[in-house]
Amino acid sequence: MSAAKGGPMLRARGVTRKFGGLVAVNNVDFEIPRGSISAIIGPNGAGKTTFFNVIAGIYAPTEGTIELDGKPLISPPTGAGREPILLVLPTIPFIALAIYFLMAVGGDTGLVEGVASVAVALLGFVGALLLNIVRPDWYNRLIKRIGVTRPARPNDMVVAGLARTFQNIRLYKSLTTLENILVGMHVHLHAGLLGALFKTRQVREEEAAAEQRARELLAFVDLAGMENELAANLPYGKQRLLEIARAIASRPKLLLLDEPAAGMNPKETEEMTALIRRIRDELGITVLLIEHDMRVVMGISDYITVLDHGEKIAEGLPKAIRTNPKVIEAYLGRGAAAGH
Amino acid sequence: MAAADVTSSSSSRPFANARLPFGIFAFLGLALFVLGIDQFVNALTLGAIYALVALGYTMVYGIIELINFAHGDVFMVGSFVAMFISSSLLGNEGAITNIPLLAGSVLVLFALTIGVMAIVGALIERLAYRPLRRAPRLAPLITAIGVSFILQNVIQFFFGPTIVTVPQLVPIEWSIEVSGSRVPLLNIFVIAASVALMFALQLFISRTRTGRAMRTTSMDRDASSLMGVDINRTIMITFLIGSGLAGAAGVVHGLYYGNTSFNLGFQSGLKAFTAAVLGGIGNTAGAALGGFLIAFIEVGASAFGYGRWGGAVVFSLLVIFLVFRPTGLLGSHSGDRA
Repeated sequence: MSAAKGGPMLRARGVTRKFGGLVAVNNVDFEIPRGSISAIIGPNGAGKTTFFNVIAGIYAPTEGTIELDGKPLISPPTGAGREPILLVLPTIPFIALAIYFLMAVGGDTGLVEGVASVAVALLGFVGALLLNIVRPDWYNRLIKRIGVTRPARPNDMVVAGLARTFQNIRLYKSLTTLENILVGMHVHLHAGLLGALFKTRQVREEEAAAEQRARELLAFVDLAGMENELAANLPYGKQRLLEIARAIASRPKLLLLDEPAAGMNPKETEEMTALIRRIRDELGITVLLIEHDMRVVMGISDYITVLDHGEKIAEGLPKAIRTNPKVIEAYLGRGAAAGH
Repeated sequence: MAAADVTSSSSSRPFANARLPFGIFAFLGLALFVLGIDQFVNALTLGAIYALVALGYTMVYGIIELINFAHGDVFMVGSFVAMFISSSLLGNEGAITNIPLLAGSVLVLFALTIGVMAIVGALIERLAYRPLRRAPRLAPLITAIGVSFILQNVIQFFFGPTIVTVPQLVPIEWSIEVSGSRVPLLNIFVIAASVALMFALQLFISRTRTGRAMRTTSMDRDASSLMGVDINRTIMITFLIGSGLAGAAGVVHGLYYGNTSFNLGFQSGLKAFTAAVLGGIGNTAGAALGGFLIAFIEVGASAFGYGRWGGAVVFSLLVIFLVFRPTGLLGSHSGDRA
C-alpha cells in the first residue's frame, strides 16, 4: 500500500483458467496490497485452489495476466517450441557436411573425418547444453537476448519471488530439518558444478552462511535445536512450521500458504496465526492464504477475496465480508442468508 | 555440514547402517579366505567395473524411475571412446614404462573419456528421454532399448563387429608381492581409481547444493520444482555424472582386459543392472555394494570350476531378490514416496 514503492504486490487481471470445457476460474481481477495478509475463501469447488495454483505458476492462465511486484510473471508458453529449434538450427549445415563426408569416404577409411564432422555438427547443440548445465543464468540471459521465450517452469516463480507451502505437507521426509531449509535456499546459492567439486573458498563461505541463516530461520519458527532431526520425525504441527520456514528461506516477496492451519488443534492454530503475523511484520513478506478455518481467516486477514463458481463475488475487509449477503448465500445456500 | 551425511545412504531401518560395515568386512574376510589372494583381487577389480556402471543405473532410476537400458551401451561406447583416444589421439600402442608419461596419459585418457561420455549421456537424455518426461512409464523404457540399439549399431558401423584391441597402458608385469602371491599393480590401480570415483560421487551427492537438488528431486519432483530447483538441469546433471562414470568404467575395462567389442554393453549392462537391484535400486551405496557382490559370486563360481554357471547364479539371485526383497540390500532411497 505504500505509495513510495507503488502498486500492489500482486495484480491479476482477467485471469481465466479452463480445463477442457470446464471454466474453473472465470475472469478474476485480483490485487494483493504490498505488505498485507490477504486470504482467498470460498465454498468447496469454488475454484480457489485452481486460482491459487495459477498464481503459484503450476497452471498457466488460459487468459489474463499476472504481475508480481510490477513485473509480469513469466508469461504462458507462447513460443514454447522455439527453444530446441534455436539449438538445432545452427548445426544443420554441419550435419549436411557430416553426411556428405560419410557418403563420400565410406565408413571404413573416413572414420576420423566422419567422427569429427558429427562432433562438429553437434557442437552448437552441445555447447548450448553445457552452458545450460554449467551456467544456467548465462544461458537464460543468452536466449533472452536472442529473443527466444521458453516455457515458464515452476522454479522460475521462485526466482521471481514467490514461495509456497502445500495443503498436504510435502517436506523431504528423509532429510534433516536443516537440509530442508537449505533446499529452500537453493536459488540463492550459486555454487556451480565445478566450484562444488573443488570446494573453493567462496563455496565454503557460501555454505557456512547458508547454514547460519537456516539455523536462524529454524529459530524464527520455533524449531531451534531440531536441526538434525529428520523431518519425518517431527510432529504434524512442527512439520507445518518447517514447511513455512522452508518457503521463507527462498526470500520471497509473496508467500502463498495453502491451508496453513488445516488439521491443527486450537493451540497450534493460534501459534500459526501469530507466526503468519510475524512473517509479515518482521520479515516484511506479503502473505496470501487459502484457509477453511473462518476464525483464522477473519482473525489475521487484512483483505479477503471470495470466489464462488470460479468468479469473484466479493472482496474487502473481513468485517464487510462477514456481513455480505452474497457471501452468506454462497456458503449457506439461497434462503439461509439471514443465518450465521 | 555435519547434517548432510546423515542421509547419504538413507535407509528405513536404523540398524542397517551400523551392521553394514561389519557385514562387509566379514564378507571380505570370508571371501579372501575361500578364494585366495589372486581371485580375491580379481573379484575386487571386476566388482569395481560393475559398480561404476551400476551407479549410473541406480542414479537415473533414483531420479526419474527409468531403467535406462541404454546405460550398458553407454559403458560400451565409453570403452571405444577410450580406445580411440588412447590409440588414435595419444598414439599409444602398448604399455608405457616411463612413469610420469604413464601417469599423464592415463589422466588425460580418464579426463577426456569421462568428458565425452558425460556429454553423450546428457545428449541422450535431452534428445531421447526429456521429450517423454510426461509420457507413460513404458514409453521411455522402450526408447531406452532403442537408444541401446542405436549405440550398438553406430559403434558396429565404425569399428566393425569384431573384438577390438585396446592399448594396455599399465605394464602387466608390474606387481607387488602380497603373502607369496603377485598382485598386479594394474588391478590395484583399477580398484583404487574406481573406489576414489565412488567416494567422490558420494561426497558430491551428500555435500553439495547440486547433490542436494538431486536427492530432493528424486524424493518429490514437483515440490522441488516449486522450491526453485531446476528439474531439467538436475536430471541432466544426473545423466552427465552417470554416463561419466560409465566412461570411467570403459577406460578401466580397456586398461584391464585390453579389448572391447560392440556387444560388451549387453552382458555387462545386465550384470550392472542386477547389481543396482541387489543393492537397492535408487541407492548409490547399494549399487556399489551390489557390483562387488556380483563380482565375488562370478569369480567364486569360476574359482571352483563352475565358471559357466556364474551368470546363472547371478541372475537367479536377481530373481530371488525381486521376489523376496525387492528393495534390495540397502533399500531404495525413494522409498518414502511409496
